[in-house]
Amino acid sequence: MSHHTPWQAHRAIRLHRRFIDPWLLLLLLLLVSYGLLVLYSAGGPVLVKKQAVRLALGFAVMLVLAQIRPERIAQFTPWLYGLTVILLIAVLLVGDASKGAQRWLHIGIRFQPSELAKLTVPLIVAWYLRHRRLPPTWRDTLVAFVLLLVPAALVVVEPDLGTAILVAAAGVFVLFLAGLPWRFMLASLLGGVAAAPILWHFLADYQKRRVLTLLNPESDPLNAGWNIIQSKIAIGSGGLMGKGWLQGTQTQLDFLPEHSTDFILSVLAEEFGFVGVATLMFLYLLILFRSFQIAMAARDSFSRLIAGALTLTFFVYLFINAGMISGLLPVVGVPLPLVSYGGTSIITLMAAFGIILSVYNHKKLIKQ
Amino acid sequence: MARRQLKNPHQETVLFQSRSISALMIIILALGLVNGRFFYLQIIHHEDLKARSEANRIKTTPLPPARGLIYDRNGILLADNLPTYRLEVVPEKVNHLQQQLDELAQFIPLDTTDEEKIQQQLRNKKAFKPVVIKDRLNEAEVAAFAVRRHRFPGFRTVPYLVRYYPYGALFSHVIGYVGRINENDLKTLDHARYAGTRYVGKLGVEKFYEARLHGVPGEMKTEINAQGRLLKVLQQKPAVNGEDLTLSLDVRLQQAAAEAFRTNPETNIGAAIALDPRNGEILAMLSQPGFDPNLFVNGISHSQYQALIQSPAKPLFNRTIKARYEPGSTIKPYMLLAGLYYGVIEPGFRMFSKGYFQLPGQKRKYHDWKRGGHGEVDSVAALAQSVNTFFYSLAVKLGIDRIHDFLRYFGFGQKTGIDIPGESTGLLPSRAWKKATRGASWYPGETVITGIGQGYMIATPIQMAHSLGILASRGLITQPHVLKDKKPPVVKQLPLAIKPEYWDLAHQGMVAVVNGKKGTARAIASPDYLIAGKTGTSQVYGKKEENIYEKSTDIPRHLKNHALFVAFAPADDPSIAVLVVAEHGASGSRAAAPVAKAIIQRYMALYRPEYLNKSGEQASAESRKPQP
Repeated sequence: MSHHTPWQAHRAIRLHRRFIDPWLLLLLLLLVSYGLLVLYSAGGPVLVKKQAVRLALGFAVMLVLAQIRPERIAQFTPWLYGLTVILLIAVLLVGDASKGAQRWLHIGIRFQPSELAKLTVPLIVAWYLRHRRLPPTWRDTLVAFVLLLVPAALVVVEPDLGTAILVAAAGVFVLFLAGLPWRFMLASLLGGVAAAPILWHFLADYQKRRVLTLLNPESDPLNAGWNIIQSKIAIGSGGLMGKGWLQGTQTQLDFLPEHSTDFILSVLAEEFGFVGVATLMFLYLLILFRSFQIAMAARDSFSRLIAGALTLTFFVYLFINAGMISGLLPVVGVPLPLVSYGGTSIITLMAAFGIILSVYNHKKLIKQ
Repeated sequence: MARRQLKNPHQETVLFQSRSISALMIIILALGLVNGRFFYLQIIHHEDLKARSEANRIKTTPLPPARGLIYDRNGILLADNLPTYRLEVVPEKVNHLQQQLDELAQFIPLDTTDEEKIQQQLRNKKAFKPVVIKDRLNEAEVAAFAVRRHRFPGFRTVPYLVRYYPYGALFSHVIGYVGRINENDLKTLDHARYAGTRYVGKLGVEKFYEARLHGVPGEMKTEINAQGRLLKVLQQKPAVNGEDLTLSLDVRLQQAAAEAFRTNPETNIGAAIALDPRNGEILAMLSQPGFDPNLFVNGISHSQYQALIQSPAKPLFNRTIKARYEPGSTIKPYMLLAGLYYGVIEPGFRMFSKGYFQLPGQKRKYHDWKRGGHGEVDSVAALAQSVNTFFYSLAVKLGIDRIHDFLRYFGFGQKTGIDIPGESTGLLPSRAWKKATRGASWYPGETVITGIGQGYMIATPIQMAHSLGILASRGLITQPHVLKDKKPPVVKQLPLAIKPEYWDLAHQGMVAVVNGKKGTARAIASPDYLIAGKTGTSQVYGKKEENIYEKSTDIPRHLKNHALFVAFAPADDPSIAVLVVAEHGASGSRAAAPVAKAIIQRYMALYRPEYLNKSGEQASAESRKPQP
């Protein structure tokens, strides 16, 4: 680009800044359309309409965030982090209790501050490491852990161990991408396994039950095991090609619980079969590939760390949900990203893609 | 900033790319694992999970067959099926069961028995199986529930057929009853055939013909949702209803027997059996007192059941097939036949009754029932006046072996095989029997009293009626039965060459019992037709020799002898044979004979009208016509 006149260069920058990665946009549109199709079967036109409105809002948030330069996002990050911590403390003091946990906050709209934490935790770690030498020193690693553990601990207290782990994981992913030594991660993993029995002691009864249900769902087929058994029946009975759209008996006759939200992948598996599941997984894989491509092409540490970490977080939601509904993992209430019916999570996810697209829009151009 | 080490952009980019590639590898591996899991469920386990999904949505409801109805020989309904409703609940679908039950009780009253039954069902129930709250709701209760059903999720009214016995206690022991299938029944019943059926025959005809009455259940496959709501019927196979049965019983004869017992001044307890000696059809079969079988259909209450089992009259005891009585003097016609058959006496044999009989060389006296004896008697008079001494000596001449062999041909000591379960065997004594059971040899004195149907000999009412049929029909052996079946009854000839004049003599003696001047049952004689009969008493306790003539009115009721009477009519062409046992009735002529007469009288009016209000000559001429 060195042969461009300044004016031309400026114009090129402007064009790129307003541009949205067509590939990622197309893949996301395909994904949400596929999701709406399944949601129509699972929940009917009313839910589809509400979901479409949320998705439209989510896309708007994404497009707006995509125009903000990563440096500006980094500038805002400490404030956002502070706000998140305050909201998490507020939810403990004045939040709504539901199913034995305080997760919701009313401020004009009802929302879960822990959702915000899923974004701000990787942001703050990426922000902290952005000018530091990578791989991080022990001291930097320690500071990063403190930064990610404060919100995670507040979420644990709600109590919502599942979300807390996801929040913490998002921060750890930044450290991983920043080059945290493998041996450190391996040691942490082994430590975690060793600590599991102690951790078990601190789990709430319903959490213990979920883990036990995973190990043997048939042991309690009427209560905790019911969901997972019905989900496996729905998936397995779909076979290779599925029972057909709107034809899934497990879904349509209500044997499958929570079929619009957490168990929507079971609906897809029942009605579209293994082929439908493999197609969805391929779509997700393409999104993940494209996002990593963007991260790798990013111009600075902050951009690539945050883009990579958000991509990994997105993958973890997918993996946990798919593992949970197929009986590989305990039932932890993680929605299928961008497909499950539900409010806050869609906005958070689209905001994450907004940040990733912002990284795309501001890749390496400024450097010259 | 000074503390910070310098960044190396290139190295960091390479590091990031290497980490990104590692992450992508992990992602590919993890998604491969997830896909593998779906492959495992959707391809490898497809068949069994598909089957479970079908089992979820398809509910197979058994369609119970309607139980066959039971009619009397004239088509009068004896066992009916009434449509009714029961209230059920699936406890898993109710949050506060007790609270709901209390609310329910405000318009569907539940008594303590109902509560007991509910608690019992709750204690041993299977998951998602309904529990019956109340059977046989009345119309008001069904309506009251219908308008409030939205307040009672999990509760429902279910239509069903309930067995009803319109004649109540009248046929309690013959027809028996159906009752709820219990755990014992489940061990023997074919579960597939009884899916959806709650009742099974427990007694009498209901039990004996269970297989024919029950029918074959059908099946309905319906699609249901997770809440168990029926969405559509997928497939339906109708039930094959049970076979209707027509019995040989006649309601009117049964009523005549019951009425006669009810109005009997001597005793209301006993048994009566009337059968047709030509084919073995039971016309009436009554064990008094009976009980209301309807009480048992939906489970009898504890107090009602206690009342029945504690009643000294033993209403639950089917005397007609289970009670064991000495045949007493009713055995005498058979003894006479045996004497003639074996040639130990001639038809013209006469003897002098001096009031007692003694075995040679023994002091013990075996008495006549009449002080001083009956004077000179022939065999007809011996039966008419029931001369004990005649039969003492006859028995001694025959010996126990011939008595045993002869009576065995008449069915004594064996089950008759009647189509009602629970029959007793009775006892026909022999030397071998005594040796085997008592370890002692047979004494001549025991032969003497066997001659008048006492001692070891025991017979059930159905046995006595059966042998009476053989006697009345002059040697036709039939199978006593209550089911009037399509196929003709099995009739065999007695394999003994008993000369017609011997039968004549036995019949004449029995006719003289009722119609002779000195006959013991002359009070029941009819001017229109001849009844042949024989009185008897079955000892309840042995009298001492010194008070053998003691009046029976002087002893307490429960120690009085049982009164027996056997009779058939019309004597010249018998088509009904009747046995009556009046427990503690003391006198066969006073307590038992009137009951037999009432049955015979009713029978003659209904089935042999040609005998009534006509001269004896005409009657005997017409009686040879075949029975319609």
